[in-house]
Amino acid sequence: MTNLTAGALSPKEAIGRVAATLRRRRSAELRFRFWGQAAIGLALGFLVLLFGAIFSNGIPGLFQHYVVLDVELNKQRLDPQGDMSVNSLYAGDAEALIREGLLAALDNPTGRSNTRAARGIISSGSAQRLVDFVYANPNLMGQTVPVKFALDDDIDSFLRGFVDRNTPEADRRINDTVIQFVDKLVASERVSYEVSDYLFFGSASRDAEMAGIRGALIGSILTLFICVLISFPLGVATAVYLEEIAPKNRFTEIIEININNLAAVPSVVFGIMGLAVFIVLFGMPRSIPLVGGIVLALMTLPTIIISSRAAIRSVPPSIRDAALGVGASKMQTIFHHVIPLAMPGMLTGTIIGMAQALGETAPLLMIGMVAFIVDVPGGVMDPGTVLPVQIFMWADFAERMFVQKTSAAIIVLLAFLIVMNASAIWLRKKLERRW
Amino acid sequence: MSSLALIVLVIGAGYFYLAQRAVLLLRSTGQHRLHSLPHYYGYWAAAVAVLPALLLLLILSIADDIVFKIMVRDFYPPDQQNLDSISEAIVLAKIMNVVKGIQFGSPDAWVIAAGETWIQWTETSRQLISLIVIGVSLLGGLFAYRKVSPEFRSRNAVERIILWILGLSSTVAILTTIGIVLSVLFESIRFFKMVPPTEFIFGLTWNPQFEGAERAGSGQMGLATYGMVPLFVGTLLISVVALTVAVPVGLFAAIYLAEYANNTVRGVVKPLLEILAGVPTVVYGFFAALTVAPLVRGAGESIGLTVASESAMAAGLVMGVMIIPFVSSLSDDVINAVPQSLRDAAYGLGSTKSETVRQVILPAALPGIVAAVILAVSRAIGETMIVVMAAGLAANLSFNPLDAVTTVTSQIVTILVGDQEFESAKTLAAFALALMLIIITLGLNFFALQIVKKYREQYD
Repeated sequence: MTNLTAGALSPKEAIGRVAATLRRRRSAELRFRFWGQAAIGLALGFLVLLFGAIFSNGIPGLFQHYVVLDVELNKQRLDPQGDMSVNSLYAGDAEALIREGLLAALDNPTGRSNTRAARGIISSGSAQRLVDFVYANPNLMGQTVPVKFALDDDIDSFLRGFVDRNTPEADRRINDTVIQFVDKLVASERVSYEVSDYLFFGSASRDAEMAGIRGALIGSILTLFICVLISFPLGVATAVYLEEIAPKNRFTEIIEININNLAAVPSVVFGIMGLAVFIVLFGMPRSIPLVGGIVLALMTLPTIIISSRAAIRSVPPSIRDAALGVGASKMQTIFHHVIPLAMPGMLTGTIIGMAQALGETAPLLMIGMVAFIVDVPGGVMDPGTVLPVQIFMWADFAERMFVQKTSAAIIVLLAFLIVMNASAIWLRKKLERRW
Repeated sequence: MSSLALIVLVIGAGYFYLAQRAVLLLRSTGQHRLHSLPHYYGYWAAAVAVLPALLLLLILSIADDIVFKIMVRDFYPPDQQNLDSISEAIVLAKIMNVVKGIQFGSPDAWVIAAGETWIQWTETSRQLISLIVIGVSLLGGLFAYRKVSPEFRSRNAVERIILWILGLSSTVAILTTIGIVLSVLFESIRFFKMVPPTEFIFGLTWNPQFEGAERAGSGQMGLATYGMVPLFVGTLLISVVALTVAVPVGLFAAIYLAEYANNTVRGVVKPLLEILAGVPTVVYGFFAALTVAPLVRGAGESIGLTVASESAMAAGLVMGVMIIPFVSSLSDDVINAVPQSLRDAAYGLGSTKSETVRQVILPAALPGIVAAVILAVSRAIGETMIVVMAAGLAANLSFNPLDAVTTVTSQIVTILVGDQEFESAKTLAAFALALMLIIITLGLNFFALQIVKKYREQYD
């Protein structure tokens, strides 16, 4: 007691000493607080920058420029065999008819260089478009009707202002004649800027104006379908086994360690496993949604197992006791009571796992889903690609318009992810019971 | 195959109906008490009819190709009997071309013969498989149906089957791990037969490009060099950049959210941060290549630095952004796990909030935060798409974040994307890299879990 009092301060001294440091401490407090806010601000700033960059490119990417041309649907020339069959229409000379319509719209310029310039204005897929149009509207045959065609991606990018008409002619991708023609088309109000139908209904293409995500979207849906078909039952079964049945022994422990390890394995390694096991060893074809779905299922399995286990654990033991008490067997308790009550949690975990799988790219590159495939896959055994891989491929193309196409595809992908995550949150809020 | 599976399912449904009707008839006579509910008899018969048949179908349809590959060896002419695996793959490809009806020049007579026999085998095996599978299904169902009687404990039997199904499902995780380890290990061993492990692990040059010399069979390794050091330095460099972004931002965000923010702020900010975690990595890669790389380059050049157009800085920054929510949510958990009593004690002694955080909470939470950082490192090392799209492929051995570097994952992707011969050292190198990647990420993960375990023991 004595040595304490010897060094002790009087209350007044103590208050004085504390007060002297108070200013410093308070400003330190404010500084610390500021750093916290700055960190959150920075993180949210990145988010805004990310979404800003994607949306500022992607929203224009949802649209493209079209031109309306009056095309004479000449029966003999369009349909040489006269039976309106697809083969006959493809044998026909749709291209020349479009060219005539285009030249007419440009007041019939003459000379080879002029006609060549005119031909470059519209998309190279225009003949196909006219064939589709005629096939869908056979009753218009013989008349001269306005038909809408996509403009070539260079023209599109000029109309968006990416090409400066004041740069020297040799430095731009389009020459003066073309610009003059385009100006004429714009002046005659034939050019329109509308939601791109190629983006949603077109397939893979090297031409930016015709490239679309339809094949990739269907590939994604097929792959996810296989993925959920495998991972949901397997994940739920594993979770049930580990939570409700498994004895606490070495084997169970190994399984649990394995699941945790799998969750930490980089996704690209799952792709390598898929390549070595399913494609090389089992001899399954490359690029098919079936293999992609299996690989993604194995990858998402840990996510689903972990969340399903949490859901099962949250079912109170009293429910099980009650079921057992009225004479239900162990399996009846599990299947009639525990699983239905844990289902919202399991579904939430599955949806989150599927969202993860939908955005995954690297493992699918490994199993060859990166091939350039024009056909839309008709089933899980047809070669196909998926949306993120399509984005990856488009990101590699150099054309200016592909940047916007890629961003537009990203918007579609993000929209799907937001819908999936939102439905998971909704499901959790709506159906999950607190005990 | 799928139509065959459908037939089996129809057979199963038939047996379900038969078995259930049989016991219902027995019960309706009033002389028998059933051991189990009637539908359990149906399930029992259906399960025995369907499950073994489907399993058999799966195994047979995977196995037939493998068996054919062994059987077709009889067709090889005497001089090609003991082929190494490289030449055998080429020969098999020739035969498969005949099978698919693709003509490349004029194949040898024996190749055509082998191809035609292969087609016959496929046809025969398809018929045989259908026969076996449908037979097994019918016989199995019949066996089960014959066993059905009121005394038969069908519920117990069905539950035993379910128990087995559940138990087997849980082994898929083990099988996946085994699949990963074996597929990577075997190819790695083959790679290490061509390239000595010491050269691979300590080599300072990565140049898998030239392999013309080996392909000609001269036995020389050509000019290809497989030293993984530049790749790991590149990976590390990008990870360090990523962590210098993610750790301070993530940690401070977590501290602010846990200690300062009120419920409204937390309710808004947390989901927003989660969005960063939900964005697919390919989107980050696109963002890095399109927006961040030019920004970094512009910023660097404005202060007179030379920046590569695909710099480690750009990829690392974006990867850091991707990892922020990972660090912040893990740290958030750890900070919240610090007992309230410690905070109260610090406040009681007159500390301010920041003093409490710095001197009480952070030291207490430190092991957990370290574990979170280690997990973030493991995440960064295994991340693929961002580096593939934004970091480039130049295997420079450089510690300068403004240089272009390449990483383990981006090399794996570059090597394995597209068609590759499965036998060259270049392809196998990807597997060896994957092996290293697995070892490192799992090692880090294990290390982090050990720390967490130790930390938990302190407070529980």
